[in-house]
Amino acid sequence: MTEPIVLGIETSCDETGVGIVRGRELLADALASSVEEHARFGGVVPEVASRAHLEAMVPTVHRALDQAQLRISDIDAIAVTAGPGLAGALLVGVAAAKAYALALGKPLYGVNHLAAHVAVDRLAHGDLPEPCVAMLVSGGHSSLLLVPDVTGAVHPLGQTIDDAAGEAFDKVARVLGLPFPGGPHIDRVSADGDATSIDFPRGVVRDAPYSFTFSGLKTAVARWVEARQRNGETVPLADVAASFQEAVVDVLTRRAVLACRDHGVDHLVIGGGVAANSRLRAVATERCEAASIALRMPPPRLCTDNGAMVAALGVLLVERGVDPSPLDLPADPALSLT
Amino acid sequence: MLVLAFDTSTPTVSVALAEDSRVLSERNVHAANRHGELLMPLIDEVLGAVGVTAADLAAVAVGLGPGPFTGLRVGIVTAAALSDALGVHAYGVCSLGLVVYGDGERDYVVMTDARRRRVYWAHYSATEHLLGGPELDTPQSLADRFAVGRPLLVGDGAELYRDTFAGFEVVAGHPQASRLAAEVAPRVRRGDPSDALEPLYLRRPDARPPGPPKSVTPA
Ligand SMILES: [Zn+2]
Repeated sequence: MTEPIVLGIETSCDETGVGIVRGRELLADALASSVEEHARFGGVVPEVASRAHLEAMVPTVHRALDQAQLRISDIDAIAVTAGPGLAGALLVGVAAAKAYALALGKPLYGVNHLAAHVAVDRLAHGDLPEPCVAMLVSGGHSSLLLVPDVTGAVHPLGQTIDDAAGEAFDKVARVLGLPFPGGPHIDRVSADGDATSIDFPRGVVRDAPYSFTFSGLKTAVARWVEARQRNGETVPLADVAASFQEAVVDVLTRRAVLACRDHGVDHLVIGGGVAANSRLRAVATERCEAASIALRMPPPRLCTDNGAMVAALGVLLVERGVDPSPLDLPADPALSLT
Repeated sequence: MLVLAFDTSTPTVSVALAEDSRVLSERNVHAANRHGELLMPLIDEVLGAVGVTAADLAAVAVGLGPGPFTGLRVGIVTAAALSDALGVHAYGVCSLGLVVYGDGERDYVVMTDARRRRVYWAHYSATEHLLGGPELDTPQSLADRFAVGRPLLVGDGAELYRDTFAGFEVVAGHPQASRLAAEVAPRVRRGDPSDALEPLYLRRPDARPPGPPKSVTPA
């Protein structure tokens, strides 16, 4: 059998992503983002995102087909993010995916967004080692997962109990007067700072060794900055950013390595928008090496939300003979893992 | 010339398959907030009832609202994607005009529920010509506006606010896909180019830019 060609649609947040994957080969990765429209609101506005998805949906499918130099009739299956995510945003992608599947007479696969973040690494580094531990960090999620089978069994080990990691970056950026989304700006500013200059707290969640909490850290940064401002002192922007970033990265990488060790797993996959953070990549590399864990991090472009990750998981579902989804597939904002 | 027509702008999902303006099969199902789950199985059903597949379609047509956004978008993106995948034209019309009514004697106002104590409305003559709307207003302002003339009120927007519309005759009705198919039939025959399929939102997203960060230190 020739390798299946799957078109993947992702609309769980503010990016309209359409990817096309053949086997383990990425053929197209088209993206339309409404991030600029959200910037002035300091966060993603669901209705603005949904409107943008509707406008961008068909044109983004076309850009993907053009990139791949394929016709829509060459597609063997359609995969789509069914959840978790923003309800109205998910619905646009799911409805479009059903229409393409029905029109083409091809199978439809509703997939879990988090599992897709893990599966995408297959495009960068070849077949996924299973079991593996996955850490997904973005503006919407911070989770540690145990992944015996990315197409079926993905077990949550822990997640954030308050802010997502990316959200903490956004909020601290606001305190420091940096634009939304905060992640890339804090990363950039931190390059000139001393990460050891301020000892911000590392939040611990009692009885949940793989969970995260970032709201205390965020408040500590705001307090520290306000105290300086109140005394008329200048705020050492680079040092604050670097010290904050260090605290987040320290917590994330410690938990991830611990999860691998406790479960006897020697492969760690890191994904999500925050995985583009240069300090996270450096520290994760260092600590995994020390713990003899093979670290897999897709290139930053594949870490953020995109359609390629959905297509990559779709290919695995086809290859493993998983049953397609019915036409009444719901979009489920709180879709859970198995 | 098979046309698939559907509307998702109200709690009723309406789907019809027509040959020219002759309806071959139609389904009208109360969806509440399940437009996304119901629409595609209903499309599959109306095609199956006639023994055809999507590949046999000559065009698709969709109601562009106004209506609650989430359900509305399900219909519109479905029409856009079907038209794209099948390489057929897609047409869109205002959903309020698809509420079938007309005793041919009185003018009437179609009202659908816009939530948050508002209704979407459009005013039609006895011969079904558009006289006003589509617009978004409070039930009270419409009761005042139409106090003189007292047109017939049609649709769930009027039914929901029966008390406000005391003294008006209020009847049920929802957009019907069969009506939509009939309406676009001449354009399908002529092979008119596709419409842009832009939803009639009539309302901005409510979102406000945030103020400066709040202090975390007690004053
Ligand atoms: Zn994501």
